[in-house]
Amino acid sequence: MTDEAKPPAAEPERTVPPEKDVAPRPNRPFRIFIEELTTASTFMVTVLAVVLALLVGSILVIISNDSAREAWGYFFAAPLDAFEMSWYAVRDAYVALFQGAIYDPAKPSAWGSISETLTYAAPLTFTGLSVALAFRAGLFNIGAQGQAVFGAIFGVLAGFLLHLPPVLHMLVALVCALIGGALWGFIPGILKAKTGAHEVITTIMLNNIAGIFLIWLVVQKGFQNPERTDAISKSAEENARLPRLLGFLEGDLRVNLAIVLAVLAAAGVSWLLNRSTFGFELRAVGGNPDAAKTAGMNVAMTYALVMAVAGGLAGLGGASMSLGLLPFALTPGVIANIGFDGITVALLGRAKPWGVLAGALLMGGLQAGAVKMNAVGGVPTDMVYVLQALIVIFIAAPALIKTVFRLRDGKASRSTATLAKGW
Amino acid sequence: MRIVAVLAIGGLALSAAACGDKPSSNNGSSGNGKKYKACMVTDVGGIDDKSFNTSAWQGLQDAKAANGNIEIKYSASKAETDYQPNLNALVTEKCDLILAVGGLMTDATKAAAAANPAQKFAIIDSNIPAANVYSMQFNTAQAGFLAGYLAAGSSKSGKVATWGGLKIPPVTIFMDGFAEGVAHYNKVKSKTVAVLGWDNKSQEGLFAGSFTDQNKGKQLAEQLVAQGADVIMPVAGGAGLGTASAAQASGGKTSVIWVDADGCKSAAQYCDVFMTTVVKNIAGAVKDAVVAGADGKALTGAFTGVLGNNGVSLAPYNKFDSKVPAELKTEIDALKKDIVDGKIKIESPAQPK
Repeated sequence: MTDEAKPPAAEPERTVPPEKDVAPRPNRPFRIFIEELTTASTFMVTVLAVVLALLVGSILVIISNDSAREAWGYFFAAPLDAFEMSWYAVRDAYVALFQGAIYDPAKPSAWGSISETLTYAAPLTFTGLSVALAFRAGLFNIGAQGQAVFGAIFGVLAGFLLHLPPVLHMLVALVCALIGGALWGFIPGILKAKTGAHEVITTIMLNNIAGIFLIWLVVQKGFQNPERTDAISKSAEENARLPRLLGFLEGDLRVNLAIVLAVLAAAGVSWLLNRSTFGFELRAVGGNPDAAKTAGMNVAMTYALVMAVAGGLAGLGGASMSLGLLPFALTPGVIANIGFDGITVALLGRAKPWGVLAGALLMGGLQAGAVKMNAVGGVPTDMVYVLQALIVIFIAAPALIKTVFRLRDGKASRSTATLAKGW
Repeated sequence: MRIVAVLAIGGLALSAAACGDKPSSNNGSSGNGKKYKACMVTDVGGIDDKSFNTSAWQGLQDAKAANGNIEIKYSASKAETDYQPNLNALVTEKCDLILAVGGLMTDATKAAAAANPAQKFAIIDSNIPAANVYSMQFNTAQAGFLAGYLAAGSSKSGKVATWGGLKIPPVTIFMDGFAEGVAHYNKVKSKTVAVLGWDNKSQEGLFAGSFTDQNKGKQLAEQLVAQGADVIMPVAGGAGLGTASAAQASGGKTSVIWVDADGCKSAAQYCDVFMTTVVKNIAGAVKDAVVAGADGKALTGAFTGVLGNNGVSLAPYNKFDSKVPAELKTEIDALKKDIVDGKIKIESPAQPK
């Protein structure tokens, strides 16, 4: 808010009179700032969606907290108690959320919480990019989950079937994961290109197939860990695992190379979309496939390629789980829910690569915080899934945010329209 | 007008609910000794899986009831990758004992135990040879054997069935015991009761691929009933409830043998179809371990639950008490004694060593 203190900038006189149907646009920095804050810009809608979700979430925290609920039970006997208990419950929950995500004095290392946030954010960045890239081409890739499963499988298989020197083994495993995901993404892409089969339907079904294949695979002889009695595959060799970044610090910090690769991937996708010919074609096809066809672009080929690239990204996301985290092996739930969370992340990031990275960091922070909230206050981890869902609902309904916070019209409604084009 | 009405009704409801008196503030804090904090990490099944997570939590609650100085809490895992952060978060919370539920947590527990040598851990369904880990395993094949004998003895169609969640030893051990029990019945009585859904020789059988999908459990039950089975033992946690609901719909033609925790307590709505339960007494073992830990006893080594120490058992027949013939009950009691005495050897390769 220091903008206000600045001396009024020497602003040139307006030479062009403002158009009648557009509100005059102020050009003093502070006014622009206020303008941004009070307009339903994409940024503000996202921030306010998070704020609103946290507010609604606090009601859930109060309801799920025993002592707060009890205090509301005798509200008329001691009304202050109810408010006090509710305040404590909400405060404790969100303090724990913050501690789990950013900084926790109780952890042996000051980096402990950030490490967790980055650990959760890395795979979400990959799947988020996967979904976002497809969005931009007008495709709705629900299949990031299945593609990530195949990435995880190929990565771990390369991890224990091959025996290679350090670094090389990891690179080979990552390339295998990329290929695995790309293959699983290419199938719906080529089906769409050649037969017009809707990618939403095919990718949902391929998710099921991938999940069931994984469950089947981990209990097969030659794959199942012979020393274990449960559904777990052999572990990837040490050389194939993603190295930890802060392993030298105290406190068993899990953050690994995956987050670095995720940032590189965001940069790569950004370049691909904005600077490459393929990216131009992709956006043209996403904008209007008929026009792109008329302009001489191969729409079918673009669909197939986009899905393969998106699949490859999701595959790397799967590998960052299976090669980056304990037990470095395949289990039926090895990739958790990263494929579906990736859809949320892509929405949060408005299908822009750097936006996806920011969205993934937010989601990663929420998930890391959930662990702490759960351990300290017994707030169920489902709470974070509720928050996540609320954020998506509010982002998908910018009109709601606009009304609640009395914002003026902005670009937000337009960008949602782009996202919805996948249908 | 409508708003006023809504407000009035809401207000009435709220005031009715909110008229209670404030409880006196000096309740709780009854224990004056040193607090003992026992924490647990659930596996992905969640705390209300009506199976081993529920049992382990029950064990902690029982321990708390037995000793007021014991505090309990749990962290839920949504995915296998949550095990390690959950264990670490509880280390940060300064728990005296951290209980990992389920063999899938083996690697994460091993790592956490190595990183925090001063922290005490316990694990269910796994054996970790570390000084600060107390391992608990259960030879459920012994109780499954009794269940198989009971099923064979009560089947009218001459066909009994079992199916599992996943083909992994903690599941197939039940099915092995069941099949061996049926085989023993056939040998003793010269009958030919068939087991559907599991072949303990080839170790092949019927699996749902899920511990949570109740629809799948229902489908499998219908499939097995269509093949003639009238007693079914699902070994699949919550997914098994689908079989129980299918049995309930059959109106008494099909009965179910439940596993893990006594079905008439953990899933009481289906009590009338549960012939008995192959109990894996996780709750008892957990309770004993936590109470011993709170008394300052060292928890090291391993515990194996067998019929002899009540670590595994056959639950009461509950609503089937009058339907199971007295003769069969006596035979089962005798069998139990024979297994405890080692006169009957169980072959299942899934038994804990």
